Amino acid sequence: MAECPVCGAEFKLVDGAEKGEIITCNDCGSELEVTGKDSVQEAPQEEEDWGE
Amino acid sequence: MKVSIVGASGYGGGELLRLLMDHPHVEVHQATSERNAGKPVTRIHPNLRKRTSLNFCMVKELEKVDLLFVSLPHTQLMQRFNEFSGLAERMVDLSADFRLKDPAAYLKWYGVDHPHPDKLAQFVYGNVELHRNEIKNAQYITGAGCNATATILPLWPLFKLGVVDMALPVVAEAKCGSSEGGNAVSEASHHPERSGCVRSYKPTGHRHIAEMEQELGHPIYFSATSIEMVRGILVTAHLFVKQGITEKDIWKAYRQVYGEEPFIRIVKEKQGIYRFPEPKILAGTNYCDIGFELDGNRLVAVSAIDNLMKGAAGQAVHAMNVMCGFEETAGLAFAGLHPV
Repeated sequence: MAECPVCGAEFKLVDGAEKGEIITCNDCGSELEVTGKDSVQEAPQEEEDWGE
Repeated sequence: MKVSIVGASGYGGGELLRLLMDHPHVEVHQATSERNAGKPVTRIHPNLRKRTSLNFCMVKELEKVDLLFVSLPHTQLMQRFNEFSGLAERMVDLSADFRLKDPAAYLKWYGVDHPHPDKLAQFVYGNVELHRNEIKNAQYITGAGCNATATILPLWPLFKLGVVDMALPVVAEAKCGSSEGGNAVSEASHHPERSGCVRSYKPTGHRHIAEMEQELGHPIYFSATSIEMVRGILVTAHLFVKQGITEKDIWKAYRQVYGEEPFIRIVKEKQGIYRFPEPKILAGTNYCDIGFELDGNRLVAVSAIDNLMKGAAGQAVHAMNVMCGFEETAGLAFAGLHPV
């Protein structure tokens, strides 16, 4: 099982997931980069500027 | 199952009618309105045209049913409890008349001596997420207040799991739609006065604080503001968490308590337009969307509901479903509209 580093959700990577592939966490919507068989890291994400 | 609705001409009663018309296990037998007796319910609730041929009747015409929904103004049911309790084995009340467990709280918050203090313990607070097991065995259910619901739901898991620093205050602010005020007109609801307003209508002393503190067991500093919106509540709550708590811990806390709940969604995304809960897309639905952000040890918890649904009629139908052993989502599957 892989764990989302942002929200802690546990999930199984689909068969054939490639290292470097970008997936989305179903719970928090974070984009995650596959780093291994059962591991992911948070992918660089662009946050939108809402006029701050 | 045969049900009737007492006080069906208000907004809460109208939503009950809409939901129960589509409920797979319920037949609406009668709907009362003293002012509109004899008129079709569609005169007041035009969205139900071609969905029902029911006419409003008077309370004195009510026949026995399996379950009675009561949607009367506050203090009505407490005065007439015996009149209605004989009409059905089970009852679901949308008013505040049996929400508070402490009889003295009625004098403090509602200015009335409760005529049936002995009955308060027989009513189960109708928030399914907090009281599911009690509701399964209940005869009488009291619906929770809309602002109370929108405040309690994001905070309860944090209290339940010991995340909150109890030595520090919990502050919540609600932005509220105009339908919270019901369908009675007043000078304050006159269009030139109400339109476009951002009106601080209860900076302190809102009655729903009594429910929040009863259910959460902690003082809540609550303010309510009316804004330009018909349906909906957005609550922004500030509290302090214990040292060392991370955002991931908060995620896990919400997931642990609400992971299996059909009407609670954790909404906290980094991209997209609706990154945090927003009442606009919840209109007509029974969802409570909850989001959060941690700033040091200050946690900002945000929740959104439709006040007439999760804050009133939808919650009442959800509680009825649990009480009667129906599937919890029966009659409540509407996903909302987008765009709206």
